[in-house]
Amino acid sequence: MSQLAELAAKAKSQLDAHTYENVQWHFHESTGSPFWLEKAKTYKFDPLKEVKCFDDLKKFPHFEDEWLRGGPISRWIPKGLAGKPAYVFETGGTTGIPKSRMVIEDHWIDYENFSDTLPDEYFPRGANWLMLGPSGPRRLRLAVEHLAQYRGGICFCVDLDPRWVVKLLKKGKIQEAEDYKAHVIDQAVTILSANHNIQCAFMTPKLLEALAMRLLDDGTSIAESGIKGIFAGGTEFTPQWYRTCREELLGPDVYITPTYGNTLMGLACGKPFDPADNYKITYYAPQPRAVIETVEFKDYNQVVGYGQTGRVKLYTMTKELFIPGFMERDEGEREKPHEKFPWDGISGTRPFHEYAKTTTVGVY
Amino acid sequence: MFEIPILRFGQTYESMEKQSVVHFDTGEPVAQLHQATGAMVKLDLKKSQKARDALRAVPIAKLIDICKAAARMYLEETLPCGNGSLTPAEFCRLQSATTGLPENMCAANMRKNAFVLGHMDEVLDALTRGLPYEIMEKGYGKESRGVMVSYQATTPVFGMVLPNNSPGVHTLWLPAIPMQIGLCIKPGSQEFWTPYRITEAFFKAGLPREAISVYPGGHDVGGAVMTDCQRAMIFGGQTTVDQHAGNPKISVHGPGFSKVILGDDVVDRWEDYLDLMVDSVFANSGRSCINASGIWASRHTREIADAIAQRLGPVVPLPPNDPKSALAAFTTPGAAEAMNAQIDEGCQADGVTEMTAKYRNGPRLEKRERCDYLRPTVIHCTGPDVPLANTEYMFPFVSVVECPQNKMIAQIKQTLVGTALTDDAKFKQQLLDATNIDRLNIGPVKTVQLNWLQPHEGNIVDFLFRNRAFQDTPPAAH
Repeated sequence: MSQLAELAAKAKSQLDAHTYENVQWHFHESTGSPFWLEKAKTYKFDPLKEVKCFDDLKKFPHFEDEWLRGGPISRWIPKGLAGKPAYVFETGGTTGIPKSRMVIEDHWIDYENFSDTLPDEYFPRGANWLMLGPSGPRRLRLAVEHLAQYRGGICFCVDLDPRWVVKLLKKGKIQEAEDYKAHVIDQAVTILSANHNIQCAFMTPKLLEALAMRLLDDGTSIAESGIKGIFAGGTEFTPQWYRTCREELLGPDVYITPTYGNTLMGLACGKPFDPADNYKITYYAPQPRAVIETVEFKDYNQVVGYGQTGRVKLYTMTKELFIPGFMERDEGEREKPHEKFPWDGISGTRPFHEYAKTTTVGVY
Repeated sequence: MFEIPILRFGQTYESMEKQSVVHFDTGEPVAQLHQATGAMVKLDLKKSQKARDALRAVPIAKLIDICKAAARMYLEETLPCGNGSLTPAEFCRLQSATTGLPENMCAANMRKNAFVLGHMDEVLDALTRGLPYEIMEKGYGKESRGVMVSYQATTPVFGMVLPNNSPGVHTLWLPAIPMQIGLCIKPGSQEFWTPYRITEAFFKAGLPREAISVYPGGHDVGGAVMTDCQRAMIFGGQTTVDQHAGNPKISVHGPGFSKVILGDDVVDRWEDYLDLMVDSVFANSGRSCINASGIWASRHTREIADAIAQRLGPVVPLPPNDPKSALAAFTTPGAAEAMNAQIDEGCQADGVTEMTAKYRNGPRLEKRERCDYLRPTVIHCTGPDVPLANTEYMFPFVSVVECPQNKMIAQIKQTLVGTALTDDAKFKQQLLDATNIDRLNIGPVKTVQLNWLQPHEGNIVDFLFRNRAFQDTPPAAH
């Protein structure tokens, strides 16, 4: 067995054990959340007895994210964690009731794990950070701030309200959206000019682009502003965009790495940059806490072959949250395990083709 | 299969993202269109002055010679296209394959574009009102009447977000090149053929490559062109028009709502103008904003509608390579169906009658596996306030509207091309004074018969140049 195969087998074994442990936690009367304990009563199988490995999760019906709309939010808190200070993070919400996720410490753990993947050369420990993206009810600000603190720095934040941007775009108020973006960038430029030793940043692709353009107009650059490492995410982080960033927008002195994730799953890391990949972006979920599968469009329980296209299916298994298979609004190609991440990855993530025409992406 | 790369200041750039472009009827892949990004466009536009600098190194007279040579090459020669090359006939075949426009119409639009390119000296002379080239080159100078004038370019490059519906629209931006303004083009996703072919003709004729950039891509590319070019043109529906209304940096081209108006003095002789009306509706498969979508008269409207319906009702879709093919296919799924439903709903209203139904021998909507056709439709409206009285669709569709002459000008609302058939001096003056009509024809001119020496939806010279004060000596004492 090759070294990679050995690593993959070990990871699979860990995933099976993690799955068993989490199902026991979430479905046991003494530790499970009211939501899952109630849900279990509707199943024709007993999760405590019949889920022994990851593949057994297919016994569960797909998780419907609509269940996350509305309250009480407390029904998601596992009894085993009762009394701990909890956060609520929202996703969507431009119109109607947003989807809510209860979080206690997962966002910290996710970003601490992510921190281990960042190269110190470009994300120096002790350096300060800039968080240029949505805060408010999103988890991003708190998560990035924790990441900065975990690495010994302090995080400077500039807010952005994506729900307002979506409203402006839907009304065709392009200039107002541009003005709002300029307002956000003004604040970022001001912070960067204030001698705060900011060397690391999280930015959304659109805001990174806008900030880099502004600095170029001002006769300077992201590199000259002192930033050495940036992580960004979303389906807009395409191979061509990655290439434009590396070759033209940022230059050789600034490291940029893609991430993929959402409030439910956490943060998937990009495979480290390798010129041989020709800018192909491959993500790996933070297994065993979360798993990404690439599944057939017509059978969400069937994983596609390597290199084949399918829809993204997410699983989350932490002490705080249990999601046994959620159909994400993206699609992509299944990728083989990597030594650093010895489990399946996904590349070419983009909006699921059936939704692509009705989804407003890349507003921030 | 053609690989069509991005052109950045004339240099090919191979994108990592490509869009497969397929034949509208067979679904067979025809080309791979490389996709630019908004960031790429924005970065290039920071260096856009080099496009203008390259053009300013060439005298306008020479640029006009290049236009004329390019016109001939575009129309007659085999020219590069991405990783291959195309004869004029192959070009028409492929353009038809991706747009659904019959090949004979592709050829007609080629002739139209070539005409404007080939007569660029006359076009420029007309649009600049005879401004000496030297003044445009230097930015100032004295006209022959001794008056100092100055024209300052408002932008180094002319940005454009181009449509798919008709290749004839490219006539509008061609004059930018001899005026030494570079081009930043986002071509249509199906009709990218013409911008690339004209560009290759320009290059072969000797135009500096830095002058033209072509960025196929998605909405972010269009957004970058619109926000970062100092002057840009965009084509779209009414929503696009409303979105950019009043923005001096943007020239927006939307629905035309073009019309033929019969004055009371000639309406009893309406049969004399039947060919004019039919051609105004039907030419180019009714796809253009200059096609008439309304015919207005105070009487005989039902007879007029019936006569047009007799001519257009029997027209059926033919294969795109049939020289008699007169109907273009709808290639966007659901578009034809939605229009058809709107028309059916409009016809339910009092005062609205579809006149073509009895001559058509079949439904208006013809659905195919990968495309749809809408057959010509003539509607009679008893007044200007009924549904469908002032509507435009991208196929041969016309509403014949009964309206008293004294209410006509106000009721026709915004009209791109208005052909008025009248000898009534008072009515003619009212038409001349009507600011809701852009291009006014008084006399037997089909709405589609554009004279390219006339401005279209504003004068491109006024859009790309600012006529400002310039003095190099004090004025006479006063």
